[in-house]
Formats: sequence, C-alpha cells, structure tokens
Amino acid sequence: MNEKAPYQKGWIFVIPVVALVAFNAVIPLMTVVNYSVQETFGNNIFFFEGIKWFQAVLTSDRFHAALGRQLAFTATILAIELPLGVAIALAMPRKGPWLSVCLVLMALPLLIPWNVVGAMWNIFALPDIGLLGKTLNNLSINYNYTQQPAAAWVTLIAMDVWHWTSLVVLLAFAGLSSIPDAYYQAAKIDGASPYAVFRYIQLPKMRRVLTIAVLLRFMDSFMIYTEPFVLTGGGPGNATTLLSIDLVKVALGQFDLGPAAAMSIIYFLIVLLVSWVFYTVMTRKEEA
Amino acid sequence: MSKITLHNLRHSYVPQPAGPDDWALKELNVEWSDGGAYALLGPSGCGKTTLLNIISGLVHPTKGRISFDERNVTDAGPGERNIAQVFQFPVVYDTMTVRQNLEFPLRNRGMPESEIPKRVEEIAEILDLQDMLPRRAAGLTADGKQKISLGRGLVRSDVNAILFDEPLTVIDPHLKWQLRSKLKELHQRIKVTMIYVTHDQIEALTFANTVVVMHEGTVVQIGTPVELFERPQHTFVGHFIGSPGMNVLPCDLVNGAPHVAGQPVKVQTKASPKANGQRLEIGVRPEYVRFADSGVPAKIIKVSDVGRYRVVETRCGEERVNVIVNDDMSLPADGAHLQFEPAFTGLYADGWRVD
Repeated sequence: MNEKAPYQKGWIFVIPVVALVAFNAVIPLMTVVNYSVQETFGNNIFFFEGIKWFQAVLTSDRFHAALGRQLAFTATILAIELPLGVAIALAMPRKGPWLSVCLVLMALPLLIPWNVVGAMWNIFALPDIGLLGKTLNNLSINYNYTQQPAAAWVTLIAMDVWHWTSLVVLLAFAGLSSIPDAYYQAAKIDGASPYAVFRYIQLPKMRRVLTIAVLLRFMDSFMIYTEPFVLTGGGPGNATTLLSIDLVKVALGQFDLGPAAAMSIIYFLIVLLVSWVFYTVMTRKEEA
Repeated sequence: MSKITLHNLRHSYVPQPAGPDDWALKELNVEWSDGGAYALLGPSGCGKTTLLNIISGLVHPTKGRISFDERNVTDAGPGERNIAQVFQFPVVYDTMTVRQNLEFPLRNRGMPESEIPKRVEEIAEILDLQDMLPRRAAGLTADGKQKISLGRGLVRSDVNAILFDEPLTVIDPHLKWQLRSKLKELHQRIKVTMIYVTHDQIEALTFANTVVVMHEGTVVQIGTPVELFERPQHTFVGHFIGSPGMNVLPCDLVNGAPHVAGQPVKVQTKASPKANGQRLEIGVRPEYVRFADSGVPAKIIKVSDVGRYRVVETRCGEERVNVIVNDDMSLPADGAHLQFEPAFTGLYADGWRVD
C-alpha cells in the first residue's frame, strides 16, 4: 500500500443530505414498498403476498378507467395550455409599461393556493348561484357540473387551463426574450414570412423552455389532486376520478393498504418513465 | 445594383426631438455610387449602425428620403429593397443545414425549385462553403456562421448592396485577416456596393476605397484613405485616424498670420484667416513635425520606440505635440524647437478645416 492514501473523511460531509433524503423520500417509499407486498386484516398483523397486489391493480377495470381518465385529462390540458401559452407569449408586448402589467396578470393565478382555486371554481360554476353556472343556464344552456359528467370535465379543464397556462406563458416569454434583435432583422432582410419567423427562429429558440414546460405540466397534471377534489370530489359518479383521487379512495376510504401501496408504486413509475423518455428524446435530438 | 442616395436624412429615437442632442443622426446628404467599397468609420454611438439600418430599411428615418437609383425607397421594407446585411453577431437558422440556410431567402421569394441548387452551389463555391453544405448550421464556428450570413445575402442575384455591421467582432484575430481579404476579393469579383461599418481604422482603411467618417450623428468627412490622412476636414478625423493622431494646437492671429506660442506657423490654407470669434487651431500629423534650431519651442517628455520609428512626446506650453522621428536621427538635448511642414499643416476654425 504505497499509493497515496485516499481522503477518508469526505463521506462525513455527505451524511446530512443522506439522512435528509432518507427520511423524506427513501424511508417513506420503502414503507410503501413494504405494504405493497403484504396483506393485513388489522391489529398490525401482516402476511407476505408477493406480487399479488400488483397483479390485482394492473388487471383491475377500476384502475384502467382511472388511468384512462388521467391520460385524457393530461393530454387535453397539454394540448390546450401549450399552444395557448405560446400564443399569449407571442402576443405580449416586448417592453414598455404594458409588459409589467401583463407579467403581473400572468403571475396572479400561479400565486393562488390550489384548494382556493378549487373552491373558487366550485362556487363560480354552481348552476344556481355561481356567476358562470347561472349565466350559462340563463343563456338556456343546460349546465350542471354536479350532475353532468361532460360539464364536470369542461369545468375541470377550464380550471386547470386558467390556473396553469400562465406558467407556460412565462416560460415561453423567457425563451422569446432571449432572442437577439439581429435574428428578426435578418429574417426581414431574407424576406421571411411571420410563419417562417415562428417556425425557424422563435420555435427553435423556445425549444428548451418548452421542454421544461411540458415536463412540469405533465408531472403536475398527472398528479393533480387538490383542485378536482375540491371542485367535484371525483364525481358525478366516478366521471372525474383521476388516479390520485382514486388512490386516496382506496387507501383512506377503503383502507386497503396493500392495493393502495401497489397502485402508488405503479403510479410513481409511470410518471418517472414518461418524464424520462420525454426528456431523453428531447435532449438527444438537440445534440444531433 | 444601384446608386444609393440619402437626401436630407435625419433620425431620432425620441418621439418629439427638441434639441440637437435628441437626434441620433443629424442632417445627412450622402451618395453611394454603384459598386463602391465604402467604410463607415466612427466611434461607438456616433450613429453608424442607425445609418446602416436606415439604408437596409430596418429603421424608418424621422425625416428625409432614400433613393436607389431614381426609385424612392424611403417607405419600402427591408424585404423589398434587396439588401444583404451581415450583423455583428452571426445569425444562422439553427435547425437548418448550411444548404437550407442559403436556400431560405430564395424560397421566401418564390424562386423556382429547379434554379435554387445551382445558385446555392455557386455562392457556396465563392465563400468556400461547399464541404459544409450538408452540415447543421448550428455546429459551425463563428467565422463559418458569418460566411453563411453573408451567403444568404449574396445568394439573391438582385442584391443592391451588401451592408456589414462590424462583422468581424466575434471572429478570432487570425481569421479576421482571412475573412477581410475574402470580402475584398468578393468585391473585386461581384462589384456590388458594399458598406462596411466599423470603429477600427485599420479595417476601414484596408477594406474601403472611400471612407465615410462619422462623429456625433454627422458625417465629418468622405474621402479616400489618403485624403483622410493628409487633409482631415475636421480635427476629429485627425484625432481618430492615425496612430498617434494629429496634433491640434490652439493658435492666434498676429497681423492675419497664424501664430503658435508666439511663433509664426506656415499653413497650407490659401484663404487669409479672419478672427471672428471662432476658436482657431492648427493641425499637423506627427509624421510632418520635425525638430529644428528655430520654430515653436518645446520640451521632450517621453520617447517610445515602436520599431521602425520613435514617437517623441513633447510639451509646447500646456499642449502635447507628438513627433515621429526615424530611428537613426538623434534627439536635441535641451531647448528643442519644432517645425511643421506647411503643405501638411491645416488651419481649423471651430474644429472644421479652413481651405
């Protein structure tokens, strides 16, 4: 052993973060993993069940339905919020006093707590007293989100669009403002159409921030709980029971710890997998 | 190709310009002849880029008129003027290949697909870009990108003029020279009017046949490099061009003849100068000052050897006078006197040369 002795005390400095991550992430997650492979009838008595709960969850119609609703919800809000956010960012003034006004207006919905957003829209859309619900019904549109699944979906999506489009706007605006003037000037001289300017200058320059926007909106919307819980509570029936709402029903409503734990892990892996695939594809294309 | 004329052009970035300070460009009348190689030279903030952007149509002038030949283009957009412009920082369309970049202006103008490849190959050959055509433009070095910017302008056969806005700023020093000679060569080959904005006198003087010197929003002199050197029309031109710049000394009139520090000085000016309240100065380049036994008394302060010659800094009263002296000449010890060569000594009234 005549090599230089490695510095052995470095690991001491890593202990705090290891402890922190262990307590707030690893240990709870392991508890869930523990539950997911066991059966209990109470009294703190557990039986090992192997992958039974995973099989049960993956083959259950109820899980498929919730996952389907979840995918539909996320796909819809992404399809609306991204183009809308980019369009608003493009329409915003580049400088001057109106820019500050726009930015503040855009930031406002992001500052409102999630359960307040849910409560606001709950009241706003009530068919008998809410501004939106009452107005629609006065226009003789039969709208009642507490009874009609379609109306509940429209309200839920409108609420999410209202709450989160701003995030896409702010990110897209940041991307746009990083484009030097010379690009626009060169495009004018090259005789580029407004569409060509968007397609070959603005969109490529926004690529990174839009990747982040899609990731954030995907993860957030896929795990959304508070707002739909306050707005519809998953109803009418199970029409707006998204994955997280269903999970809470299983875990806390029915106290089925095993299936709920298995579902949590599957849920977590889906979010992780989709995010990873998306991010890898977007960044790999950039390098090519 | 066409002659570019600016008539009574003024520009202000302030909505309601009041004083002279509000004008980025003060009254300009300039004619750029077809096929000339021009440099627009001046310090930062003197209005060079504004003038360039007005010519290309990116900026609409507050007052005045721009014509290409006889056609008034003041209200025409940049796309209609058929101008190529290369900016300080290279602009390329990142997602496209080099070839697509060069094709872009042609496609936008609806050129038939069958003619595009021929034109692109031609320009790529001129700019030595053939090997790079299939590559992604984003991956190129700064000088490569600048060539693409230039190529996108050249590829159009109807280009009226090519404007350069300090195009070598981000280029490595050893490539600057290469690219500059490429531009010069290009001018010889295609004979298009080129206007080159720079604050670097070497770049301006080596590139251009005619140099337009700007200062605080006005054109102070238009001339060949030799004219700028030998007969600066304004003390600013004298200072700005040359290394070191022209010596400018306050002078008095004694019986109608200019005197510096009490000594008579012969100047090239023919007209007999009048003292009518203007600030009078004489200007002489260090190249045309020499030590003598009589003349303007001066004290030697510092001698810098710059290789082929020495720059001697002297004081004449409070004023600094630089003298360029060959290496083989000895310097006077004490009580030096300076003589100015009359043919290259000018008289300036309020900064402007009196002829």
